[in-house]
Amino acid sequence: MNKYETVFILTPVLSDDQMKETVEKFKQVLTDNGGTIENEENWGLRKLAYPIENKNTGFYTLIEFNGEPTIVAKLETAFRRDEKVIRFLTFRLDKYAAEYAVKRRAVRKAKQEERAAQEAAAQEAPVAEEAPKADAPAAEA
Amino acid sequence: MAQENQRPNNQGEIRYLTPLSVDTRKKKYCRFKRSGIKYIDYKDPEFLKKFLNEQGKILPRRITGTSLKFQRRVAKAVKRARHLALLPYVTDLMK
Repeated sequence: MNKYETVFILTPVLSDDQMKETVEKFKQVLTDNGGTIENEENWGLRKLAYPIENKNTGFYTLIEFNGEPTIVAKLETAFRRDEKVIRFLTFRLDKYAAEYAVKRRAVRKAKQEERAAQEAAAQEAPVAEEAPKADAPAAEA
Repeated sequence: MAQENQRPNNQGEIRYLTPLSVDTRKKKYCRFKRSGIKYIDYKDPEFLKKFLNEQGKILPRRITGTSLKFQRRVAKAVKRARHLALLPYVTDLMK
C-alpha cells in the first residue's frame, strides 16, 4: 500500500452538480479498485496560469488516497477517457510529503473551523441587534 | 551625505582611490536547511515564485543559495505546478 495524491482540473463549462458528479465518479474508480480515500479538497474554480484547450479557468480537485501501485494506471486511464478532465497529476507521496500532507490537512481544518466560528459569530451578531428592535416596537405599542 | 563622503578620506588616500566601500556580502544560505523544511509543496505558487525570475524561469543555485538537494526538489515542485497551470511556463513580468 502506498500513499498517493492526485490533482485534476475539470472544464469550467460544467455546472456545480456535474462537477461534483464527476469527482464522485473518480472516487468510485478508486474505491472499486481497492483504494481508500484519505482526503479530498475542492479548490473551486481557479484561474489557469496559461490557457489549456482555450480555457482560462478550471475546477481543481485534490484527492489523497491509499492503494496498490496498479490503481494509478486505472485512475489515469479513467482520466484520459473523460473529456471533462483537462489536466491531471498523480504521484506517490514520500515520507516527508506524507508528513506535510497531514500537517496541511490539520491547518486547513483549523482554518475552516475558524471561518465557521466567525460566520457563526457574524450570524449571531445581527440576531442580537434585531432582538432589541423587535422588542422596541412592542414596548411602544 | 557630507559625512559619508568624508569617511573614505579618513581611511587614507589609497583606499580612497579604490571603489568605495565594497560592502561585506552576507553569506548565502539554504533556506530549507535553515528553517527545517523537508517537503516543498507544489500547491503553493506564491512560495515557489521566490525561486523564479520575471520570465518564470527557475533561478540558479548560485543566486538563491539553495543546497543541491533542495534545488532538485524546488525544480520538481515548480515543474509540477507548471503542469497544473498554477505557474506559467513562459511569461513576462511575473510578480
